[in-house]
Amino acid sequence: MSKWKETGTVISQEMLADGVYSMWIQTDKIGKEALQGQFVSIYTKDSGKLLPRPISLCEIDREQGRIRLVYRVVGAGTKEFSSYQAGDTVEVMGPLGNHFPLKGKKAFLIGGGIGIPPMLELAKQLEKETDCVKQMILGYRDVLFLNKEFESYGDVYVATEDGSVGTKGNVLDAIKENGLEADVIFACGPTPMLRAIKEYAITNNIECYVSLEEKMACGIGACLACVCKSKEVDHHTNVNNKRICKDGPVFLATEVEL
Amino acid sequence: MEQLNTQVNLAGVILKNPVMTASGTFGSGEEYSEFVDLSRLGAVVTKGVANIPWPGNATPRIAETQGGMLNAIGLQNPGMEVFCKRDIPFLKKFDTKIIVNVCGKTTEDYLEVVERLSDEPVDLLEINISCPNVKEGGIAFGQDPKAVEAITKAIKAKAKQPVIMKLSPNVTDITTMAKAAEAGGADVLSLINTITGMKIDVNRRDFAIANRTGGLSGPAIKPIAVRMVYQVANAVKLPIIGMGGIATPEDAMEFILAGATAVSVGTANFYNPYATVEIVEGIEKYMKQYKETDINNLIGYVK
Repeated sequence: MSKWKETGTVISQEMLADGVYSMWIQTDKIGKEALQGQFVSIYTKDSGKLLPRPISLCEIDREQGRIRLVYRVVGAGTKEFSSYQAGDTVEVMGPLGNHFPLKGKKAFLIGGGIGIPPMLELAKQLEKETDCVKQMILGYRDVLFLNKEFESYGDVYVATEDGSVGTKGNVLDAIKENGLEADVIFACGPTPMLRAIKEYAITNNIECYVSLEEKMACGIGACLACVCKSKEVDHHTNVNNKRICKDGPVFLATEVEL
Repeated sequence: MEQLNTQVNLAGVILKNPVMTASGTFGSGEEYSEFVDLSRLGAVVTKGVANIPWPGNATPRIAETQGGMLNAIGLQNPGMEVFCKRDIPFLKKFDTKIIVNVCGKTTEDYLEVVERLSDEPVDLLEINISCPNVKEGGIAFGQDPKAVEAITKAIKAKAKQPVIMKLSPNVTDITTMAKAAEAGGADVLSLINTITGMKIDVNRRDFAIANRTGGLSGPAIKPIAVRMVYQVANAVKLPIIGMGGIATPEDAMEFILAGATAVSVGTANFYNPYATVEIVEGIEKYMKQYKETDINNLIGYVK
C-alpha cells in the first residue's frame, strides 16, 4: 500500500466536548486508500515545530477521499489544528500503519478517552463487511463524546471515572456489571487500560487486538523512535522491539509487552 | 547551455550528485523509497550497524524542540548479518552509492563490522565515533584526539573501502579531532553529528526522553554545523560531508560554499519525505540560475 504527503483541505471543524475536536479533511489520495485502525501524520504550519502529530482515523469516506479526525488539544500543535476552519489547508501524510482485522462473531470494541475515535470506523466496517455483533464499551473520565454515533452499530456501554454516566469505574467494570461476553476484542486507549484488557483477554481466552501510541518522528518505520517491546524477536528489527508506526499501531495483545 | 556537472568525488568514489542521507534518519532506504527514487541520490547512508543486534534505549526516544528535535534512539540495529543479507541487496537495486555507517562498543566491535563488510558491495564506510546516546563506544572515541587517531588507524588497516570518520560537535575544538582523523589516515570526514541537549517535560516534571539527554538536530543547529564545516575545511585536506539541519537547496549550498564536497539530509526527511530529491533538483536550479556548470567550482568558494 502506498503512502503520500499531501495538502488537504479542511471541510469542517467542531468541538465535541471540552478540548475534543472533530475535523473532516478532504484529501486527494489518502482517504481513498485508508483502512480502519490506520492513522495519519498532521504537520503544523509553525516552521519551528518540525514533527508530525500522529492522529488516528475516526472515520473514512473512501468514495469522497475524506478522513475524519477526532482529537484532543494537548499542546500547541493540536491547539493550532483546532483553530482550522473550513477551507483552510492542512499537511497530511498517510495512510500510515497497519489496520484492525475485520473478524469475530461477537466483539468488544473498547475505547478509553481519546482512544475511542478509531473504534467508530472499525464499527462501521464490521457492520458493512461482517455479521459480527458489536458491543461498544467506552471509557471516559467525565464528559462524553462520540457515544451517540456508535448506537447504530450495536449496544453501547459507558463507564465514567466519576460515575456520572453508566458504570462507575473503568471499561472492565462495565463489562462485568453488564455480564458481557465476546470472542474478539479490539481496544485503544491508555496503556494501563490496555494492560488490564490484555490480562482479561488472556484469562478468558479471547483473541485481543490493541492499538498503541508513542512519540513519533518519521511515522513510516525508518527512525525507530516509536518502538514497543515485543515478546519474540521481531523479524524486521531482529531485536525484541516492534515499530508502532509501521508494524502497528494494531498488535495482537499477546505479541507485545505493555 | 553546457551540461551541468553535479558529480563529486569522495576518495575516488564518484557520486552523481552531492546529496546523501544522514545516518539514522533514513533506515536502509526501504521506507523512504515509497516517497523518493533512491537512484536520484548521490548516496544512501545507512543507519549504524554493529556486529550484533542492539535493542536501543527505552522510550520516549524523541522530543520536539524549537526548530529541531532531540533523539536518543541508542543505535538500535539488527546486527551486521541481517543487514548484509537483507539491506545491502535492497540498496543494490538502485543506481546510488552505498555508504554503511558502522558503530561499536569497542575497537574490536568496529573492526568486526569493517571486516564483515569488506567483501560486500559497499562503496564507503562511515565510522560513527560521535553518537551521544550510548554509554560505551560512540562519542567516547570521538572526544579525545589520541583515541580518534588510534581508532582511525586501526580501521584503515582492515578496511577495504575508503573510510569516512564522523565527527562530534560536542568538543572544544573540532579541528583538533579532524586533524587527528587525518593523521590516522581517514579518507573523508563527515560532520556534524547531533549536539547533546536536554528537555524537561514541565507537566510530567520529568525528562522528556527516557535517556535524559539526547542529540539535537534540525534547522536549529545549522549555523553551528556550517561554522564547523568551514573551520574543518580550512584545517585539513580531506573532503568533507557536511550535515546539520539541511532542509532546502539553499541550506545545502551553504555547506558546499563553506567547504563541503557532499551534504547529508537528516531530520528534514521526517517532515518532508521528498526533501532529498527536492534538494538534488534545487541545487541544479541554483547552478543554472548562477550559470555555474560545475558543482566542484563551488566547493569552499567562500573563503
